Amino acid sequence: MTIVKTNINRRSFLKASALAGGGFMLSFSWLAGCKPAAEEALALPKEWFELNGYLKIGENGLVTIMSPNPEIGQNVKTSMPMLVAEELDVDWKNVIVEQAPLNTTVFTRQLAGGSQSISQSWKSLRMAGATARKMLREAAAKTWQVPVEEITTEASMLYHKASSKSASYGEMASAAAKIEVPKEVELKNNSDFKIIGTSRNNVDGKKIVTGQPLYGLDYRAEGMLVAMIAHPPAFGMKLKSVDDSQARTMPGIKDVFTIKSYPEDYAQQWCDVSSFPELVVVVGNTTWEVMNARKALKLEWEQFQDHEISSSTFWGTTVKVKVPGGLENSSQHAKLMTDYAAKNAKVVRKDGNPEAVFKKAAKVIERTYSAPFLAHNTMEPMNFFAHVTEEKAELVGPIQTPEFMEKSVAARLNLPLEKIEIQMTRQGGGFGRRLYGHYLVEAAVISQKIKAPVKLIYTREDDMSFGVYRPAYHALYRAALDADNNLIAFHVKAGGIPESPLFADRFPAGAVDNYLAEEWTAPSNISVGAFRAPASNFIAGAEQSFLDEVAEVAEKDPIQFRLDLLDRALNQPVGEKNDYEAKRLKGVLELVRSKSNWGQDMPNVHRGVSAYFCHDSYVAHVIDLVVENGNPRVEKVHCAVDCGIVVNPIAAINLVEGGSVDGIGHAMYSGLTFTNGTPDQTNFNKYRLIRHSEAPKAIDVHFVPSTVDPTGLGEPPFPPVMGALANALYKATGKRHYQQPYLGEGITVG
Amino acid sequence: MAVINLNVNGKKQSVDVDPKTPVLWVLREHLNLVGTKYGCGIAQCGACTIHLDGVAVRSCQLPVSVIGERAITTIEGLSENGDHPVQQAWLEHDVPQCGYCQAGQIMSATALLKQNPAPSDEQIETAMNGNICRCGTYVRIKAAIKTAATAKS
Repeated sequence: MTIVKTNINRRSFLKASALAGGGFMLSFSWLAGCKPAAEEALALPKEWFELNGYLKIGENGLVTIMSPNPEIGQNVKTSMPMLVAEELDVDWKNVIVEQAPLNTTVFTRQLAGGSQSISQSWKSLRMAGATARKMLREAAAKTWQVPVEEITTEASMLYHKASSKSASYGEMASAAAKIEVPKEVELKNNSDFKIIGTSRNNVDGKKIVTGQPLYGLDYRAEGMLVAMIAHPPAFGMKLKSVDDSQARTMPGIKDVFTIKSYPEDYAQQWCDVSSFPELVVVVGNTTWEVMNARKALKLEWEQFQDHEISSSTFWGTTVKVKVPGGLENSSQHAKLMTDYAAKNAKVVRKDGNPEAVFKKAAKVIERTYSAPFLAHNTMEPMNFFAHVTEEKAELVGPIQTPEFMEKSVAARLNLPLEKIEIQMTRQGGGFGRRLYGHYLVEAAVISQKIKAPVKLIYTREDDMSFGVYRPAYHALYRAALDADNNLIAFHVKAGGIPESPLFADRFPAGAVDNYLAEEWTAPSNISVGAFRAPASNFIAGAEQSFLDEVAEVAEKDPIQFRLDLLDRALNQPVGEKNDYEAKRLKGVLELVRSKSNWGQDMPNVHRGVSAYFCHDSYVAHVIDLVVENGNPRVEKVHCAVDCGIVVNPIAAINLVEGGSVDGIGHAMYSGLTFTNGTPDQTNFNKYRLIRHSEAPKAIDVHFVPSTVDPTGLGEPPFPPVMGALANALYKATGKRHYQQPYLGEGITVG
Repeated sequence: MAVINLNVNGKKQSVDVDPKTPVLWVLREHLNLVGTKYGCGIAQCGACTIHLDGVAVRSCQLPVSVIGERAITTIEGLSENGDHPVQQAWLEHDVPQCGYCQAGQIMSATALLKQNPAPSDEQIETAMNGNICRCGTYVRIKAAIKTAATAKS
């Protein structure tokens, strides 16, 4: 049993209650559409008793658990409350889940990013449940005049066995609410878990399949107007002039004006990325009317010159960022990357004497990999509701970084933080795009200017051409083998426009005596940011393709080749700073080897393997590829995953399946290219995402049994599958793939 | 602007809109039926799929003036209590991740099963290929369609 000090106190609970019952939250009509998702065993109670900011109990035993973090499809709205429910010892069918608003007094790290929601809240959420359970037990002890140690709980019931007394949580809720918050609580042993580790369906499932309002784009408020923005047609351009004479006269149009997303001297936070801070805004009654009026705008744009912006990093330091002028082209990008790869780069890690060893090697293998910019393309485009008055700013919509964006909005509107209220809706995908909340700030500025509640809507074209893209990446790999085919030196030189994808301390660092990792970056005015498993989403596929090729030259089985290297990293690690656990990486490779019956010959099935560690979890893939009518098709994906304790298997499996499909799709089909600063693809007629007929026919997911505290799954299954796909394609076609998207290289099958 | 009469989910509705307004926006903003989603506006992603006389169509490029007498069914009107076999199969397989595209997926799937109660894998893929899911829930969608097909037959 783990005893933890509670960091929650009565005052913060009361503050949370005040917010929950205050004028903000969501409008009544909105809530009325959100009936509890679970099969309702109980009706809504007459009275709620809030035991802490995370939960309240009704007099009839119904429990509401707040889900603190943004829900972007990673299923935290179900799995986070499961952690609370576990320690509360509540019957899950009597639980309603509510999305908590941003409240930094009660909740910590209300952020969706880095696959960290579960791991970072593993203790605090359980503590919230355990605290309430203890208060319920104390209330029962007091009522029944028995020692608290003798009170047991099970499935929302309190028992005193010796006196045969029992009461439901609902009956004791009122008394429990008057109990002092305990200073420390005990957490359950893993072996006592009744909810954690069992499959619980999505708490919003029923609402999703019946089309109830859930998403930012669905949100409406009394008197709400609709706004759209016009942004420069190319990166490297800014607004020159606006002729809105026709647009203004069109039906349903309220106003046309320009806005600036940030004040002149504002130091942008890391999440304030926006290439187009000055925008033209059209506000009107309906989306269709605003869309039409926007087409009638006559706008002139001009190129901007090289300049600097002030920006702060995720860690809070302020840096000057150079923004180069000019209109960029993908053909120039390709040349730029080749040029940079040939130049000296920054040495990030060096073990042994790689230069000397490469010179004396029996064989040297050198390969170059690259991948294009990617647009996130969340199915729900960017949007946000804002109602800004002199009193406060109400903001409702999809955002992964509410805590950070609250500061941005406060600075822009010149309002104190406590006057900013942010409510997160369910989000139609995130993938990192909604870490960058410029659209939230834009909505707030528009509302302030028009003095009305307003919903800012991006069309798909806006969304795809005003992106915070995955950078374009490049990696050069070299491997040296001795006469006995042992890997004696390894070199990676990686870079990107404008960010590097290098992780110098990940495998095979630690497994090779002579190791060199270098990186470079090339400037660009195209805005970039995190995209599902940042940087890993390229480097994993490149590295795992390269290792496959090295294993082949070394005449070794690709799984055994990796296992041998991992044994080295495990038993005699090279260097002191290897940021993966060789044992766990080995574990997933061994599991996928056994579950896929690796080594077994299957006629007409071509197999590729890969394994990667990122965001604290370990994933290995084996892909079975078949060739149908000359086209490669993934018959089956075998996945082995080590993410510690699996909180909610049905959802965890879903995430691994989805990440695998998404990875295959992006590696195979997706890419964003530029001509004179303008994206060549601005909708799904040109930008390809994987579709039903291209998805794997089957995906088998296996978890390494574990008692380690859980880590995330939103990102880890995404990067490695790209390597397994490239390696399977090679087996099928005899052709190695060095550039993503693989289909762009013109796959032809014999 | 023009007054247009519609039959939506079995109910007579009247809206006063620009006749060129796509059905998608009439549903979402004039009739407050927001289950039908905007995804691309060019009939490429399927998020806006509805039924017109039982046939799956994209509503984002369909002017409201051309509907006439034909019956519109949206995700909200698919069943009274969310108990259509396809909706139930979706819940059983816990299909959604972000969930945004799923109303469109369900509308395509129900139209398919109406026309072909026992579709093959290939027929499912062909019928569903116009519906993108960025989260990659395709394998579960197919499994749910098969479950629903079994439940119906």
